[in-house]
Amino acid sequence: MTINTLHQAGSYKVQMPCLSKMERVIVGMQDPDMGVKMRNQRLLITVIPHAMTGSDIVEWLIQKFSISEEESLHLGNLIVKHGYIYPLKDPRCLVLRADDSPYRFQTPYFWMSTKWPAAELDYAIYLAKKNIQKQGDLIDHEKDYYNQLHKKINHTWDFVVMQAREQLRAAKQRRKGDRIVIECQEQTYWLVNRPPPGALNVMEQGPERGNCYTTRVQMTKNMDFYKREIEYCKKAMGRTRVKSSICLEAYLKFNEQYMPHDPIMSGCLPSNPWITDDTDYWSMNAPTVAIPTKLRVERWAFNFRELMGDPLGHIQFMEFLKKEFSAENLSFWEACEDLRYGEQSKIAESVDAVYQQFLAPGATRWVNIDSKTMEKTLEGIRRPHRYVMDDAQMHIYMLMKKDSYPRFLKSDIYKTLLAEAVIPPETKKRVFPFMRKQRHSSPSPALLLPSEQEPKGEDKGKNLTSGPSPGEEQS
Amino acid sequence: MCDQTFLVNVFGSCDKCFKQRALRPVFIRSQQLSYCAVCVALMAAEGLHENETLASLKSEAESLKSKLEEERAKLHDVELHQVAERVEALGQFVMKTRRTLKGHGNKVLCMDWCKDKRRIVSSSQDGKVIVWDSFTTNKEHAVTMPCTWVMACAYAPSGCAIACGGLDNKCSVYPLTFDKNENMAAKKKSVAMHTNYLSACSFTNSDMQILTASGDGTCALWDVESGQLLQSFHGHGADVLCLDLAPSETGNTFVSGGCDKKAMVWDMRSGQCIQSFETHESDINSVRYYPSGDAFASGSDDATCRLYDLRADREVAIYSKESIIFGASSVDFSLSGRLLFAGYNDYTINVWDVLKGSRVSILFGHENRVSTLRVSPDGTAFCSGSWDHTLRVWA
Repeated sequence: MTINTLHQAGSYKVQMPCLSKMERVIVGMQDPDMGVKMRNQRLLITVIPHAMTGSDIVEWLIQKFSISEEESLHLGNLIVKHGYIYPLKDPRCLVLRADDSPYRFQTPYFWMSTKWPAAELDYAIYLAKKNIQKQGDLIDHEKDYYNQLHKKINHTWDFVVMQAREQLRAAKQRRKGDRIVIECQEQTYWLVNRPPPGALNVMEQGPERGNCYTTRVQMTKNMDFYKREIEYCKKAMGRTRVKSSICLEAYLKFNEQYMPHDPIMSGCLPSNPWITDDTDYWSMNAPTVAIPTKLRVERWAFNFRELMGDPLGHIQFMEFLKKEFSAENLSFWEACEDLRYGEQSKIAESVDAVYQQFLAPGATRWVNIDSKTMEKTLEGIRRPHRYVMDDAQMHIYMLMKKDSYPRFLKSDIYKTLLAEAVIPPETKKRVFPFMRKQRHSSPSPALLLPSEQEPKGEDKGKNLTSGPSPGEEQS
Repeated sequence: MCDQTFLVNVFGSCDKCFKQRALRPVFIRSQQLSYCAVCVALMAAEGLHENETLASLKSEAESLKSKLEEERAKLHDVELHQVAERVEALGQFVMKTRRTLKGHGNKVLCMDWCKDKRRIVSSSQDGKVIVWDSFTTNKEHAVTMPCTWVMACAYAPSGCAIACGGLDNKCSVYPLTFDKNENMAAKKKSVAMHTNYLSACSFTNSDMQILTASGDGTCALWDVESGQLLQSFHGHGADVLCLDLAPSETGNTFVSGGCDKKAMVWDMRSGQCIQSFETHESDINSVRYYPSGDAFASGSDDATCRLYDLRADREVAIYSKESIIFGASSVDFSLSGRLLFAGYNDYTINVWDVLKGSRVSILFGHENRVSTLRVSPDGTAFCSGSWDHTLRVWA
C-alpha cells in the first residue's frame, strides 16, 4: 500500500462514518465472552475453525440492539454486503441467511476502510490467478475486466502474471483449510469492490463533497473567517433566550391542538385517499368549497396564520372585514405580499400602485398607520425596493391579528360557518374489497388559466362561485 | 591568505522613516530599498505579528464559542422527553406502500409535492425530471436535463412550473405545458448560477423567486424572470447540502445545513446569519422546520437526527439508536409535528416520536439508499425516493 492510498483510505473512513460503526459492531461480535458463538465448520472433508451460523448472527444482533428479527436480518445483510462477514457455502452470494449456513469474519486486511479504493493492479493479479488456476474459470464480467486490464496495463503484464504465479505457489504450501479461507476472503473483497453488473454496489457514493476533510487547502479559515465568527458569537451572546421548560411546553400544546388534524396520526374522514382510492377527502377539502368541514373551520381558531393560510378562511375573513369597514387592511396586506414576492422588474410599479391606492393622502382605500411608520415608509418610497413596505405591512398585520381576528372568531359569520360545517361520514367498507376502485385523474394546476388560479387583488370574492371552481373535481 | 569580507555601511535617508541613519539593503517585492536598522527590525516583527494575530483570533473565537455554549446551557432546565412523559404513548403503527412510481431509469435523487396534494416532481441521476400524478401513477411531463445528477427539484406554488438543477451548477425553471407541439425544454429559463453543484432549491411564496443552496458553500435568492441575484448568504465553511423555508407569519427566514456540520438560520432580507448550531458529528444532509416554525430537525451522516429549538437557541433532542449506523439522508415532519420520518442510507425509513424521542416504527421496502423524503401538503401521506430507481408513497 502506498502512502497515497493510506491517506485516501483514511479520508474515506471519515467520509463514511458508517464503516467505523460497522467495524465496532464486528469487533463486538468477535468478543470471546459476549460475541457470537463460534464453532468449527465442516466443509466436505475440511474443517474450518471460527465459523458461525447465520441464525447465530441474527440472534446476537437481536440481543445486542433489542431489535426485531426483520431489522436484525436487514442489518446483518448490510454487514455481509459490505464484506465484513462472508459466507462459506455459496461464497459468491453475499447474503445473510438466518439458518445454519456457515459464515466467517473478514480479515481486517481486507476491510473497506483499510483497503480502498481497490487498486487496478491488485485486481489484475487476482483475475490472472483465477485464470491460471482453472482455465476459463472467469465469469463473463470478469472476462471483460480481464481483457480491459490487459489492454490498459499491458506494460506491466509480465509483472502481473509473475505476481499471480508467486501467490499461487505460496498458496499451495498452505494447509487446505487456510487456503480455502484465504480464497474466500479475497473473493469477498472483490465481490464488494467489483460487483457483477446489475448487482448492488454498496460502495457507490454520490458526487464528491468538499467537506473539511477532503479540502486540503483550507482557504476559509483565514482572519476574515475568525473575525466573522467572533462577531457572530458576540451578537449571539446578547440574544434573548427562552427557558427550556417554556419552549418545550409549547411542543406539547401544539401536539395536543394539531393531533386530531393529522391524517397519519388520527386518520381522516371520510377516508385517506391513498388507502381507499377514494378522493372524497380532497374534494371536500378543496381550496374553495361551498361547505367546509368542521375540522377545517375549527383550525382557523388556532391562530391567525391558520386563518390567513387557508384560501377559504381568507375569503371569509375578508367578508367579515367588509362588514366592519376595514377591508382595506387586508387588501393592503395582500398588495404588500405581492410586492415582496413579485417580479424584480415590476417593483417600482408595484410600490407606486400601493402608494396611490392605500397610502397617499386622500387615497380611495386609505389604511390607518401610525405616523412614525408612515413617515418612514414614505421616506423609503423615494427609493423603492421590495421590502420598503415591510414596516407598514407588519403594522397592519398585527392590527388585524390583535384586533379584527379575535372579533372575527366571535362574529356571526364564523359562528354560522362552524355550525353549518360538515363532519363527513366514514367511507363504508367496500363489499368487494379486493376489487380496486378506479383511480380518477384530476386536471393539472398547469392547465388552469392564470385568472382561475388563486385570485389576486382586493375582491377575492369576485371570481368564485358558490360551487367548486371550474378546475376542481366535481364531487 | 584568506579573502576578507567588508561590510559597507551606507549612510543616508531611510526609505521608510526618512531619518538619517546607517542603511541596510532590503528586498520588498523584488524591489531593493534601503532601510535603517530600526525599520528592518520593525518589518521582521510585523511578519511575526500577523501570524500571532491569526492564532489569537482563533483562540478568541474558540473561547467565545465555549462561553456562548455556557450561556445557552444556563437556561436549559429540563429535557424534552421529561416534559413529554405526560403525553400519551403512540400505539401500534402501520404504514404501507400505497403507490410505487416506476419510470426513472436511474437513481432518484430528489422529489417535491405540488400544492394540489397529489402531483409530484422527481429528478434522477441520468438527468431525467418527471412530473407524476402520484395518485394514478401516471407520468404527466418529462424533461431531460443536459447534466447528470439532478440533485434538486422543486414544484412552483402555482403548480405551473418546476425548477431543477445539479451538476450543471445552475437552477433552471421549466414552465409546465400540455401543448404537444411545444418542447418543454424550449421554454427553459436559467435562473441561478453557482460555481459548484446545486444541492437544493425551493420557491418562496410565489413562482417568481427561488432560493438555492450549492456546493460552493453559499445560498442565494434569485428573481426568476430576470435571473437577477437578489441576495446571497455566506457563512458556511463547506458545501451547503439542504435548505428549508420557515413557515412563519413574516416569511423572512430559512435554515440551511452543510458539510461543515453546521445548521444556520438566515434572514432573507439582510443576508445575515441569525443563529447557528453545530452539534452534529458529520455532514448535515437534510433540514426541515417543525410545523409551528419554532424549531427544525436535521438528518446527518452521523446516523442521527436532531431537533433544534430556535427560541431556546439549542439542540433539544437527538433521535438515534445503536442499531442505526448509516446516515440519514432526508427528514420531514407529519402535519402535527408528532412524527419525524427519516430516510436512511441503509435503505430503510425510521419513524420517530418527536416528543418522546423513541423510534415508533421502521419501514422496509426500498432496495437501495433512500435519498429523498417529503410529507404531502395535507399530511395524508409521504413520498420517498430511492437509488433503487423508484418512488414510494406511504400512508
